[in-house]
Amino acid sequence: MQPSKGRPCGGGAGQESRVEPLDGHEPVPAEEAGQLRYDDPWYDALASGWGESSDEAQAQPVVPSARTEGDAEAAAADVYLEVQRSAAFQEVRQRYRKFVVPASVAFFTWYVGYVVTATTAPELMARPVAGAVNVAMVAGLGQFLSTFLLTWAYARHARLRRDRAALELRWDTQELTRGVSGGAS
Amino acid sequence: MTEEHQTLALLLFSAFVAVTLGITTWVSRNRRGSAEEFYAGGRLFSPMENGFAIAGDYMSAASFLGVTGLIALFGYDGLLYVVGFLVAWLVVLFLVAELVRNCGRFTLADVVAARMRERPVRIAAGTSSVTVSVLYLVAQMVGAGSLVALLLGGTSDAARAWTVIGVGALMVIYVSLGGMRATTWIQIVKAVLLLGGTIALTALVLMRFHGDLNRLLLTAAERSGHGAAFLAPGLKYGEDWTARFDFISLGLALVLGTAGLPHILSRFYTVPTARAARRSVVWAVGLIGGFYLMTIVLGFGAAAILGPDTVRASNAAGNTAVPLLALDLGGGAGSTGGTVLFAIVAAVAFATILAVVAGITLASSASVAHDLYASLRRRGGKPRSEVTVARIAAVGVGAVAIALGLLARDLNVAFLVGLAFAVAASANLPVLLYSLFWRGFTTRGAVWAVYGGLAPAVVLVVLSPVVSGSPDSLFPGIDLQLFPLQNPGLVSIPLGFLAGWLGTVTSAEVPDEVKHAETEVRSLTGAGAA
Repeated sequence: MQPSKGRPCGGGAGQESRVEPLDGHEPVPAEEAGQLRYDDPWYDALASGWGESSDEAQAQPVVPSARTEGDAEAAAADVYLEVQRSAAFQEVRQRYRKFVVPASVAFFTWYVGYVVTATTAPELMARPVAGAVNVAMVAGLGQFLSTFLLTWAYARHARLRRDRAALELRWDTQELTRGVSGGAS
Repeated sequence: MTEEHQTLALLLFSAFVAVTLGITTWVSRNRRGSAEEFYAGGRLFSPMENGFAIAGDYMSAASFLGVTGLIALFGYDGLLYVVGFLVAWLVVLFLVAELVRNCGRFTLADVVAARMRERPVRIAAGTSSVTVSVLYLVAQMVGAGSLVALLLGGTSDAARAWTVIGVGALMVIYVSLGGMRATTWIQIVKAVLLLGGTIALTALVLMRFHGDLNRLLLTAAERSGHGAAFLAPGLKYGEDWTARFDFISLGLALVLGTAGLPHILSRFYTVPTARAARRSVVWAVGLIGGFYLMTIVLGFGAAAILGPDTVRASNAAGNTAVPLLALDLGGGAGSTGGTVLFAIVAAVAFATILAVVAGITLASSASVAHDLYASLRRRGGKPRSEVTVARIAAVGVGAVAIALGLLARDLNVAFLVGLAFAVAASANLPVLLYSLFWRGFTTRGAVWAVYGGLAPAVVLVVLSPVVSGSPDSLFPGIDLQLFPLQNPGLVSIPLGFLAGWLGTVTSAEVPDEVKHAETEVRSLTGAGAA
């Protein structure tokens, strides 16, 4: 509803964000505000003087008063662009993607291949391997095994390669947004 | 079934209800009544607690009763289901859990609305979340009905109807009084009970065959009357191309749907950080994987020990295979061991249904209050507290689920769950992934992605043999059937992704670079997370 740039991601719970005119502006009906944003994404960023809603404070107790002016909000939004373009963030994103993309492609192909083979080539799947165990059983248990292995590998990769850098970025970003929103007193 | 079974099972079940109601009152004793508290339990659960709760939320009666029944009746084709249920967690772990935790507050719509115009996006995502939840709820209700039919011997319609109503009333009490905190503890208790019961039964099955899995499989194949074909795919889904495509469709829905289930997504908001969300998924994968491996043993065990004819005679869809197996493993009907085991399994299954049902009701009441009511209520109307609306919504969702549960009571629960997954995968997953990963995604794209997946999924189900045109349909009398498959996933999931892409490239809206940066930075670092 409220087109403020600096609100928390997903923070616009209709209830809380429903327009509290903090500094005397009339509440703008949601649709109208939305329309403005639709026409010109920059317009309301500068015009939305009625600041951040109470859920900013609720979501981020570390931020003292969130009563910001338009300029400060635009600056807070710039923080995210700045962080996004920073080498440290690009590194974290690249590490995440380098693991997740190939791993997702691999398990999804393996799963679809398994399902398609099971339904279209049952005679292949019925070929015995040892005793009562046939190719289908081996493939099914293989799916379980690959899921466990990939879960372990992902958790390990995230813990060793991403967590520390992400945490540092988190604090840096929050420091920066706090700085520009003028609440760092 | 004898009187003793019923009495003991009812006693055990009453004990579970008493304990969970106790938890509910204890937890809600000094509740602050904030939305944070009601939807997310204060966000202070540990990864292990949340992992058990996720497992408790996910291991539904459909898997415990429905899938084991399918394995007992159709052998390997039931196992295909189980694989999909587990592999789906990789999608959740890799692409969804951490990012959603960082980016949203209570619901799926939070994540999308952060980048888009809020109102249309919330209405769309809220609608699809409620649809998915109601479908899933109906599956659980049907499971409760068929369980009580077995428990009370005669399949008297009145008894089943009252069970469905009773389960619905209990879930409304849990959710509206205890919120997420009570729901989570009920799910944890249930996960422990269910895993304990499954471990005990699996151990008994293995002991019966002296630990020889090979002999278990051979006996199952022999008793099934299908020979080696029982251990290979094809009995249920191999007859013709329609059946084959039906299974491929279901497989896709299972693997992609989990990440779009509202009650699973809402569980990630109950832990403090994305790292905790990841660790809870790792716990959940371990617990769920172990559970499904055991259900495979139980399914083949039921085929080997009882034989498919006994299973089918009790319930045509196979939903009662596990309770019957427990009766036999304990020493057969009339023996003390059999009575006790049967009663335990029946009570655990009830507990399962209650816990899952509470989780879904909570998630859908969050969608109604946090997304739909907040966006749709009349401006200038008397504002109500969101938590109050959520409590009222829980009652409404309960009533709808009871009504539909009574209507659909003869369908196999595993199949109904497949349907809920298909809608989740078509309507919720595309919009979620696009919002998290696509820089150029726009509001129109988001709205189209939701409706473009939801509408085909629902329409195709209405036009499918499930609803009409075959003797097993919901309405066998009429014939609207145009779409041959029971599960719409194969068509509706690609349509959902396509609609999102189409809506985006045709809209004049310039994607907001700043908001995309915000979503991306927040999702990967956790900056400013609620």
